[in-house]
Amino acid sequence: MKHTLSILVNNHPGVMSHVSGLFTRRGYNIDSIAVGVTDNADVSSMTIVLNGDDFIVGQVKNQLLKLPDVLKVQDMAYASSVQRELVLVSFSITESNRSEALTICNGFDVKILEMTEDSLLIEFSGNSRQVSNVISVIKPFGIREISRTGQIAIAYRNQNSV
Amino acid sequence: MSSTTEAITGGRLMVELLEEAGVEIVFGYPGGAILPFYDELYHSKKIKHILVRHEQGAVHMAEGYARSTGKLGVCIATSGPGATNLITGLTDAKLDSIPILAITGQVSTDAIGTDAFQEADIFGITIPITKYNALIKKADDLSRHFEEAIKIAMGGRPGPVLLDFPKDVQLEKTTVRKASALKIAPHHYERPKVKGDAQAFAEVLNGAKRPLLYVGGGAINSFASAEIKALAEKANAPVTTTLMGLGAFPGTHPLSVGMLGMHGTAYANKAVLECDYILNLGARFDDRVAKYQDFAPNAIRAHVDIDAAEFNKRINVDHILHGDLKDAIREILPFVKGGDRTSWIENIQSLKKNHPLDFDNSGDSIKPQDFLQRVYTKTKGEAIVSTDVGQHQMWAAQYYLFDKPNTWLTSGGLGTMGYGLPAAIGAKFGNPDKMVICVTGDGSFQMCIQELATIAQSKLGVKILLFNNNFLGMVRQWQELFYEERFSESQWTYNPNFVKLADAYGIPAMRIEHKSEIDKGVDFFLKDNGSALIEVMIPAEEKVFPMIPAGKSQQDLIEFKDLGKLKK
Repeated sequence: MKHTLSILVNNHPGVMSHVSGLFTRRGYNIDSIAVGVTDNADVSSMTIVLNGDDFIVGQVKNQLLKLPDVLKVQDMAYASSVQRELVLVSFSITESNRSEALTICNGFDVKILEMTEDSLLIEFSGNSRQVSNVISVIKPFGIREISRTGQIAIAYRNQNSV
Repeated sequence: MSSTTEAITGGRLMVELLEEAGVEIVFGYPGGAILPFYDELYHSKKIKHILVRHEQGAVHMAEGYARSTGKLGVCIATSGPGATNLITGLTDAKLDSIPILAITGQVSTDAIGTDAFQEADIFGITIPITKYNALIKKADDLSRHFEEAIKIAMGGRPGPVLLDFPKDVQLEKTTVRKASALKIAPHHYERPKVKGDAQAFAEVLNGAKRPLLYVGGGAINSFASAEIKALAEKANAPVTTTLMGLGAFPGTHPLSVGMLGMHGTAYANKAVLECDYILNLGARFDDRVAKYQDFAPNAIRAHVDIDAAEFNKRINVDHILHGDLKDAIREILPFVKGGDRTSWIENIQSLKKNHPLDFDNSGDSIKPQDFLQRVYTKTKGEAIVSTDVGQHQMWAAQYYLFDKPNTWLTSGGLGTMGYGLPAAIGAKFGNPDKMVICVTGDGSFQMCIQELATIAQSKLGVKILLFNNNFLGMVRQWQELFYEERFSESQWTYNPNFVKLADAYGIPAMRIEHKSEIDKGVDFFLKDNGSALIEVMIPAEEKVFPMIPAGKSQQDLIEFKDLGKLKK
């Protein structure tokens, strides 16, 4: 099962190594990792997506909390948090399928960043499932380059929201 | 706010911060990148520096010192090869939860990352083997890092920390002498409050008919011996300890069933099978003790630990109390009731009688078990004993009984050959009035043998008991029992003359080979407070029993008397 951990860490060199090293040496796999500074310049927020049962995720949480640079670990339940990922994709188009491509982009609420004679560069954000959907629909056109940020997440303040 | 005074160099500040932390002794080896610090250390009147012969010796000495005194152990090395020589000892301290501060020199900040002379990314290298580490880039940050590192090393579950100091940072001037704010969360250094319902916890123990206390190294780190004794006596519960927990409960106490696990006593391991309640006090269900999810199968399992990550890590437990062991036991004690456990205690007594530690002492050769028993009697069990790793380690654990904590120094988690001699040296520096004996084997001894010079230089009264079978004994034992006697590379076809070698270092030494020489040997070895080495020639075939084969459970224990069956 996929879990999303939101982790607050001290923002200084080596912290990323400490966190990712912990996963490596205990044999846990990271699906995605995204890091950015928070409103406090001394603190960064990391979102790590990993696959594992409750036992593994519990172990990861416990071990993370032992790292002195880790300030807080939160296991984000899907229903009570917003989860987003940004993707940039450049793909091939031809004269004959250009309008089909544009229709798809419109339908998915995709932002077009660049259009040339034979390519489109698009931006899309959504949850990881939506991002994967967009990619699979675009794939037949011929993807040239793709860049995903990895998932970030934040909990709803009102836990009744969905 | 930072308290500011006159500017001093980073190196000077490092020395002053060590002094302020109460550090009295450091073990180290100088080199280019740490010279500014050493130059300041030259002037210190409070800190004694012990010059070792290899940095691995320095870190193990710091471990022996920390383990035997309960204080912080400090070791120092230069950059690159000096720092990497600390790796084994830091890993050892991590696995055995020993508070160590390692200080390393680093190439200047402008040279970092250029593959400069004697540069190694010791910060990166030691991430997985330290509790905390840092590369200090400004002298102004020095005091904060020192305070954090020492608090982390000593706080909670103790462990090793490493601070890496570029040479220019040691020369840079600073006025910041005190940390204005710590960047680490308080739970890393504040003593945690005990979490859990102490009364409910105690009542499960009260309801048990056949309780067993299982005491680990955490008992020593939290100085909880008196509380454990009170708990065992009040609950009338037998006590077994892990290898790391030896001494946390008196080995001579009527309720003691000795060590459990791979080479623990048969009665301890059988008690684990028979108990209906097992209370883990500061142990971690290590794989040499507890088979995965197959441990104490008939018992309710309970666990007290300061490290929440240990709960349900290898073995699922039914009841948890999170906190410092000493505090936790104090909280549950008032709720603990005696109860009639006569039949359980009698059962344990008969297990002890029917399954004693055993060996064949016929013939003319010297049996290590016999020799250790005599050393135990002669020293009245009052020596601090360090060991290396192998058969001699297990014999010492079995036949030298420990009544007091901090008197048994062994590499439990990592199993580090080469630990024993430097650990004994560190312990002797910390306990000059106590007898310190290093029990070692011909294999282990040669891994840090150069530290004999450190003994000689300081005229240190460390005793070395060297069991020589011209083999890697434990390897040989496994090869004999599980690899059809194919002794692949376990025999020493060359060993030095250890007596002459000790003589070269000015250490009195003697070799004995026959049973008739034992008394003479023991007397020679223990006659005064000076250093001595006794080389005891033992049969290569001698084995450590009982034994639970690796990966098996308590059910599969092999006793000495089963040896015949096993070899068919």
